[in-house]
Amino acid sequence: MSEGLRIQREEEYEAVEQTPRLAPPLTKPEVPPHESAVEGTDVEISRDSELIGHSAGRRRSRNFRSKLALTLCALSTVIVMVPLALILFYIVYQGAGALNLSFFTSLPKPVGESGGGMGNAIVGSLILIGIAAVIGVPFGVLAGTQLAEYRNPRLSWVVRLMSDILSGVPSIIVGIFVYTLLVLTFKQFSAIAGGVALGILMLPTIARTTEDMLRMVPDTLREASLALGIPRWRTITSIMIKTAGGGIVTGIMLATARVAGETAPLLFTALGSRTWPTGLDKPIASLPVQIYTYAIAPFDAWHKQAWAGSLVLVLIVLLLSIGSKIFFGRKMKRAN
Amino acid sequence: MEPKRRGTAAALKGTLISDLKSLVRGIGLQGANPLRRRLGDSIFTALVFLAAFTVIILMAMMVYELVRQSLPSIEQFGLGFLISRNWDPINNIYGGLPYIYGTVVSSLLALLMSVPLSLGIAIFLSQFAPRWLRSPLGILVDLLAAIPSVVYGLWGIFVLAPFLDKTVEPFLIKYLGGIPIFAGPAFGVGLFAASVVLAIMITPTISAISREAMLNVSRDQKEAAQALGATPWETVRMSVLPLARPGIVGAIILGLGRALGETMAVTMLIGNVRQLNTSIFAPAYSIASVIATEFAEVTEGPHMAALIEMALILLFITLLLNLLARLLVQKTGSRAARIKGRS
Repeated sequence: MSEGLRIQREEEYEAVEQTPRLAPPLTKPEVPPHESAVEGTDVEISRDSELIGHSAGRRRSRNFRSKLALTLCALSTVIVMVPLALILFYIVYQGAGALNLSFFTSLPKPVGESGGGMGNAIVGSLILIGIAAVIGVPFGVLAGTQLAEYRNPRLSWVVRLMSDILSGVPSIIVGIFVYTLLVLTFKQFSAIAGGVALGILMLPTIARTTEDMLRMVPDTLREASLALGIPRWRTITSIMIKTAGGGIVTGIMLATARVAGETAPLLFTALGSRTWPTGLDKPIASLPVQIYTYAIAPFDAWHKQAWAGSLVLVLIVLLLSIGSKIFFGRKMKRAN
Repeated sequence: MEPKRRGTAAALKGTLISDLKSLVRGIGLQGANPLRRRLGDSIFTALVFLAAFTVIILMAMMVYELVRQSLPSIEQFGLGFLISRNWDPINNIYGGLPYIYGTVVSSLLALLMSVPLSLGIAIFLSQFAPRWLRSPLGILVDLLAAIPSVVYGLWGIFVLAPFLDKTVEPFLIKYLGGIPIFAGPAFGVGLFAASVVLAIMITPTISAISREAMLNVSRDQKEAAQALGATPWETVRMSVLPLARPGIVGAIILGLGRALGETMAVTMLIGNVRQLNTSIFAPAYSIASVIATEFAEVTEGPHMAALIEMALILLFITLLLNLLARLLVQKTGSRAARIKGRS
């Protein structure tokens, strides 16, 4: 309905434009004076505005400028599509050529031998993401529950601020933190350390989406449950979290997509390996680190493998993030 | 919260075992026994608050650990660390200037390229684009944020850098070579290539957040401008942009924070050469890339302390930027609401 209204307004605007009129000088809408008074450009506009309705030439130039700005804005959107298309094209074009079944099932071959794959890195990535989820999901969901369900403004303010800041910390710094915390202490690069680093990166995203989703659940549901004598913790776990479940799962999928492609925090925690995973306390291979190692090595065969690995990685990440969006969209539709 | 916690202790003392049993059986729903119910609530509350405190503790520990580990370097080199260009692992003398320079210059160049584009996208998608086009275009721009940074690096090495080397850089050197920052020769891999990839990577961040800020501007403000005869662009310039300004500035700062901390794409494209060069085409180094390339090779001693001090500097810069950005972004939201309430 609002759309119809808008279109109608725009038509009115066009119609008014075409008829000569005696409009009062254009005064600026309610804008704090310090916001724009400094800019030279605004002075120009107010000079224009005195001439509204007096000069067809002025009006044409203002309309022209408006169209020009619109075109530039549309153009910048098109420009950004170019690198996106190029990146996706090269990943598919270069990656598909190097991709075959043995890529998924075999170990990397030494330099000089052809064939081989990243089977161990794919398995390693899945293990790392699993460990990350075991750490990030419960802490994230519970922290989000605290923010949404327990009214404690001062604590919530700090927690919210900290999780926002944590989500802005460069991932390599989280890697160094986990290195000093776990790797130095146990004198061992390990899958656990890598998973913990990724889990820390997942935590803020999950906490904030859980909070947002819980807040969207109508208060009446909570009140009805409490009025029936159901304890608070059962109200939260069986009613609130269950109702907001779709949104929370979306947040978890998005967080997983984000950490699935992370390389920097794994460089000195999970390290990397050229064999199948042997244990959670041992260094482990991962897809992103393997791509990085192969990309900067001076061998053509490895570059091909890096492209193939990128194709697999991008597919995993895109499936997770697009899938979560579709999943969420459907939930929302059903809710309406 | 205080009375509840004391309740926990009392309840735990008395009926722990029987209550755990009932908890397992899920009898909490019947709620016959108030003590039982209070135990369930207390345990859950404790868990929830534990998780919330974990977030705070993690941040505090991160700062503490980095300070502790870099203390030897801080004590030895003091503030001189920031302006010295010596980095000599053999004699254990360290200064971080080339890295700080590379990080700051590459990020600022990226902003220079990304901000006009991002704002154009934000304005187009929030004000001008037809309704049916907004969401698909928004998803496409967001896709750029989903591509992993190591993939950007790979693409940068094999596609972007050769392209810049053969076409863009010779062109710029030919016509603008007189200015020192555009002086030759072309390298392909270098500060400029890293900045271009960074610009692509931060565009979705900046455009999404500033778009949000522009959508928050109340409709009345736009309609007021329209009613006074403003063209669509004048409406944007006079009512949307000024009101969304704190949010836009916040978006740009968040983008800067992302660019400063970006590791893999920069490591793969900046060239990793420790030098200060006026030309933006020359290879350079960055804080994140020196950590990525050197950290795995050292295990202890002054070299590691120096690298962790670089990380600490990066952490503090990004913390400050994030704080500032959050405050600004929040301000737009609240101000838009206030103006809406007034009208």
